[in-house]
Amino acid sequence: MINRGYYDGFGGAFLPEILVATFDDLEDKFIKAKNDPSFWKEYTDIMSTYSCRPTPVTFAENLTNYFNGARIYIKREDLNHTGAHKANNVMGQGLLVKRMGKTRVIAETGAGQHGVATATMAAKFGFKCTIYMGEVDVQRQRPNVFWMDRLGAEVIPVREGTRILKDAINEAFRDWVSNMDTTHYVLGTACGPHPFPEMVSYFQSIIGKEARKQMLEKEGRLPSRIYACVGGGSNALGIFKGFLDDPVELVGIEAGGRGLDSGLHASRLSSKDASIGVAQGYKTYFLQNSDGQMKETHSVAAGLDYVGVSPILAHLKESGRVRFESATDREVIDAMSLTIKKEGLIPALESAHAFVQAFKEAPELSKEDIILINQSGRGDKDIFTVADAFDDPRWKEFIKKKAEEYNA
Amino acid sequence: MLESYLKSRLIEKKILLMTHIVLGYPSFEECFKIIETMVDAGVDLMELQIPFSEPVADGPVILHANQKSLAEGSTVKKCLDFAQNVTQSFDIPFLFMSYYNILFKYGIDRFAVSMAERNMKGAIVPDLPPEEGQDYLDAMKKYNLDPIFIFSPTTPDERMNYLASFGRGFIYCVARKGVTGLDTDFSEHLDKYLERCRRATHLPLALGFGVKDKNDIDFLKGKTDIAVIGTQTIRLVEKEGVGAVGEFIGSLR
Repeated sequence: MINRGYYDGFGGAFLPEILVATFDDLEDKFIKAKNDPSFWKEYTDIMSTYSCRPTPVTFAENLTNYFNGARIYIKREDLNHTGAHKANNVMGQGLLVKRMGKTRVIAETGAGQHGVATATMAAKFGFKCTIYMGEVDVQRQRPNVFWMDRLGAEVIPVREGTRILKDAINEAFRDWVSNMDTTHYVLGTACGPHPFPEMVSYFQSIIGKEARKQMLEKEGRLPSRIYACVGGGSNALGIFKGFLDDPVELVGIEAGGRGLDSGLHASRLSSKDASIGVAQGYKTYFLQNSDGQMKETHSVAAGLDYVGVSPILAHLKESGRVRFESATDREVIDAMSLTIKKEGLIPALESAHAFVQAFKEAPELSKEDIILINQSGRGDKDIFTVADAFDDPRWKEFIKKKAEEYNA
Repeated sequence: MLESYLKSRLIEKKILLMTHIVLGYPSFEECFKIIETMVDAGVDLMELQIPFSEPVADGPVILHANQKSLAEGSTVKKCLDFAQNVTQSFDIPFLFMSYYNILFKYGIDRFAVSMAERNMKGAIVPDLPPEEGQDYLDAMKKYNLDPIFIFSPTTPDERMNYLASFGRGFIYCVARKGVTGLDTDFSEHLDKYLERCRRATHLPLALGFGVKDKNDIDFLKGKTDIAVIGTQTIRLVEKEGVGAVGEFIGSLR
């Protein structure tokens, strides 16, 4: 444990002794790969053939006209294989697993996107695969569970604690401390002990690298603001990293759930409810009580429903480089609905949080301004949640009929 | 202090017993009875776990004990009050075991003061390697408390020496990979590991994770100084009640 991975006091590696050697090895392999010019090329090659990189930026002409303010662009991470930015991190870590000579991968998943992405990577590279998923999330993201099963992954519903993302992470760690010789834990976001925050944001930085180039090509200048949703923080860091040294305002949007005053949310950096703590191996802002016990969180979007947040984002919040806002469940459904109707794009509920804030600010900006929204994933997976939110009678009828068929 | 106590006990006994309970599980009243029974049955020292919502190093039995204790309303304050009562009532050394966030949120220095005031002897914090623990190490030293560090089978010799340079009281040797409460293979493999541990430190060695009966403890005699019984007594209380604890502890040596 030489490099502790601190970002202005956030981060670190609070590890049980049994995992220290595993993390030393992981860091060593990661640094070697990072310093090997052929590794990034291998990574971008596989992302351009197995996934859909570079993903385009789309000019949202109808939304721009509708809000009559800033020109709205959307970075299309939903066009990755498996439908989200998660593929970027997973394929990168998969290449590292090959270098480490391990044969099994495990992962946690909230929305199921990271689980599906990991399962595809495991299928492609020939690894065994186990996915831990909170029981609550198994219920609300059933289509992704179906695909993980088909891909040959073992999906283990986690019934401990609050039965969502953080509990899935704990169970993945419990698996890892037994099986680290054969197994790599593909952590899905820029959280956890060092080197995960650095490593995950390194792979996700491909989003910002591309987006910066694309905006210069299309508009000859950079956007004035960039919006990204923040769960653990990997898609946000991915796009922000391309613009950290530019005069571009970066805005992270957290899950406001039923409103910040309701206590039912997952806003660590944009509410007053979080405080600094140490859990799941790293130091950051957590939604916790005064004793340091983690609280229950709430969001319509399973992928944002998490008690902690990337230590790199906690640092960028403290330094003032990134502004943090929140969007409520209701606002998210409305923004998603508007985007579908106006642009024919279907953002994931997670990504729709970024759209909410962009839509609030676009009308106040001038027509000279450009804003860029990171559409981190596609919303198909959310069909059950969205159908409920729209209270869609024809969908209900279909589900009832389908159930009758199964009962017959 | 703890080290000299342990070494003097070891003149009379071949192996010492340390037990582990989760505070507030099944209840504080029952915890008190369990401790009373254990002390009567000859347990040499005990670790009292302050429950945490994310106990990543613990297996299902201790995890559930943590969750149930919290669900019943356990707080850090209740645990500290309970510890005061316990150290006043029983004449063996007691340690706290908890995860770092509990100490961090309470305030490291304030936590150490509270421990010293209650005559607690030291602490085991499994997610705090010395690299992250300067404040903790300073506070423990200031109030003459023993920070217990952990060796694992994956710890290289060089790192064992490094960890031992921070440890006081004794070293907790984790018997195997995995979380608490799973089976451990008590075999030659373990002998070699314990030999490595012994070479790295002059401190007494405790061995824990998977120790569950007299056979295991007989195997450990002469190889380790302290056997740690954690999950097994919690399981026993769940199955047979507090009354079964005395006989169980008595059967171990």
